Amino acid sequence: MDLSAINPVLLVASLMVAATPILLAAIGELVVEKAGVLNLGVEGMMIVGAIAGFATAVETGSPLFGFLISAFAGAALSLLFVIMTQVALANQVASGLALTLFGLGLSALMGQSYVGIKPPQLGQIHLPVLSDLPVVGQILFSHDIILYFGIALTAAVWAVLKYTRVGLILRAVGENHDAAHALGYKVVRIRILAILFGGACAGLGGAYISLIRVPQWTEGMTAGVGWIALALVVFASWKPWRALLGAYLFGGVTVVQLNLQAAGVAIPVEYLAMSPYLITILVLVMLSADKSSAPAALGRIFHASR
Amino acid sequence: MIRLEKRPQPSRAWSLATPLVAVLATMLFGGVLFAVLGKDPVEAIRTIFWEPLFGEFAFYYRPQLLVKGAPLVLIAIGLSLGFRAGIWNIGAEGQYIIGALTGAGVGLAFYPMEAFYIFPLMVLAGALGGWAWAMIPAILKTRFGTNEILVSLMLVYVAEQLLASMSLGLLKNPEGFGFPGSRNLQQYDSAHNAELIAGTGMHWGVVAALIAVIFAYVLLNRHMLGFQIRLTGEAPRAAKFAGVNPPRLILFCLGISGALAGLAGLFEVAGPAGQVSIDFNVGYGFTAIIVAFLGRLHPVGILLAGGLMALTYIGGDIAQGNLGLPAAAIQVFQGMLLFFLLALDLLTNYRIAIGKPEAA
Repeated sequence: MDLSAINPVLLVASLMVAATPILLAAIGELVVEKAGVLNLGVEGMMIVGAIAGFATAVETGSPLFGFLISAFAGAALSLLFVIMTQVALANQVASGLALTLFGLGLSALMGQSYVGIKPPQLGQIHLPVLSDLPVVGQILFSHDIILYFGIALTAAVWAVLKYTRVGLILRAVGENHDAAHALGYKVVRIRILAILFGGACAGLGGAYISLIRVPQWTEGMTAGVGWIALALVVFASWKPWRALLGAYLFGGVTVVQLNLQAAGVAIPVEYLAMSPYLITILVLVMLSADKSSAPAALGRIFHASR
Repeated sequence: MIRLEKRPQPSRAWSLATPLVAVLATMLFGGVLFAVLGKDPVEAIRTIFWEPLFGEFAFYYRPQLLVKGAPLVLIAIGLSLGFRAGIWNIGAEGQYIIGALTGAGVGLAFYPMEAFYIFPLMVLAGALGGWAWAMIPAILKTRFGTNEILVSLMLVYVAEQLLASMSLGLLKNPEGFGFPGSRNLQQYDSAHNAELIAGTGMHWGVVAALIAVIFAYVLLNRHMLGFQIRLTGEAPRAAKFAGVNPPRLILFCLGISGALAGLAGLFEVAGPAGQVSIDFNVGYGFTAIIVAFLGRLHPVGILLAGGLMALTYIGGDIAQGNLGLPAAAIQVFQGMLLFFLLALDLLTNYRIAIGKPEAA
């Protein structure tokens, strides 16, 4: 075992990379849940985003275009969830599961000819002075643009939910859809937009895994990140900044266990690989006593009878 | 304009018709999918649904129907009890793996002794293993209010890692020349879940699945607990007044579904699969969710749905060999089926009305 092989600066830098897909998916799902909809299809939308983005980047040679398409792919898949839950009024839990099962199959089908290919790389940004700073520069100012987009998105979602009229309406729909309907807000329309936003975010998160984090395509490569993102929303008590914190926590666990594997710690690899999932459970247990911050109409079906 | 009117009572006719309509719609759209993939859609659908039953090699495929259907039915029966009460165990895949590990572990511990009591002990260990794995989300939910969906799913990934660890470590065949995987239980008579009637595919898992169907039917229709399960799902508030004890219900539903999934795992590892290996699980735990819904959470429906789903597995394999249809296409096909099913359920609870609503 050689722990000195672990470079703390690289560790923190890769922690941020590992956290970004979880963060993107979680922020999207947070908005969806704030609107009172529980979409358990995050894993499915992520993996479809992962292959759509990967394939586009390989075919066009442009990773950024790949990310754009991945967002569209995630949103397109979430459109299925929209039809199920907002038009056909189906059970949200079952529909979300269906979305995940379908997405996993669809991505495997789409990705057949992309196994073992290396995608084009998205360059890291380089700021004249900041990126050259000794430690801070490498940790904070030498990443790809999507990572910063994730943080900016967190800030934007926080600001919109807290300070704008749109945010207020979204929260009203999530807290009490009947009251919001009575006030004349288009409950279904607002929820559809929220679901599409969540799908786009999940797609981006998936593409971040296949284009930057790994970067490669393998079947089922999201390996539960979508589900961890769902847990993260609970962990964050539906607050964007806490989602960021949680994403970094999970990113940290992932990166540390990978580093320990590489360093050859005496713990078997399989037990290290379990740790992110076990910690997710642990965190859920610690935080689930307080349900007061959950949107009151979460998961309930809205049907305007009058 | 078209709008939806809630039915006073769910329509019985549509409740029975939706699975059939959903299967037809899936065939139609699945055909489109196969055509997009460059395969003859009619030929593909015929290969999947006709070939295993009445084709040239049906004598080989028909027993497979029982082999593949049994674990699906066994798991789906357990899941359906919870689903009815709004208790979502979606980690059956994990419980299936753990049941296989504990069951096979007990069997391998006795190796090479031959005794009549080894297989029953393995069955018990398999059920207990699955039960214990499902108790984790159950107790966390009753004690701390933790979401059982997320916990049971996280435990699938943990179980997969455990499976890898076991097949590379503790349960590895000492005479296996270093290859991963345990001893083959098919070559260990006392532990082998052999066919009861040779050539039929009928093994103890099939028997267990049939017993589970009868058990669930009696429970739901003739027993207080079954009534409480149905009541909790359909009217949670009324259930509270009727004296339902929610924690007990959670422990029961998750426990029974875990035990049945564990049993399915044990019967698979001791029979058709033969050994514990890294890629032992093939997603029965997740497909069983589709089976449960396709069977409308009704025991008899699940029996039929399990058969249909097994058919798509076998037919998918044939289509893969004969037509080069990718394996993932069948997965998409199965996912589609669940979509149509859930969407068409609308017609059970709502009526589509055309025209302006009357002034209320």
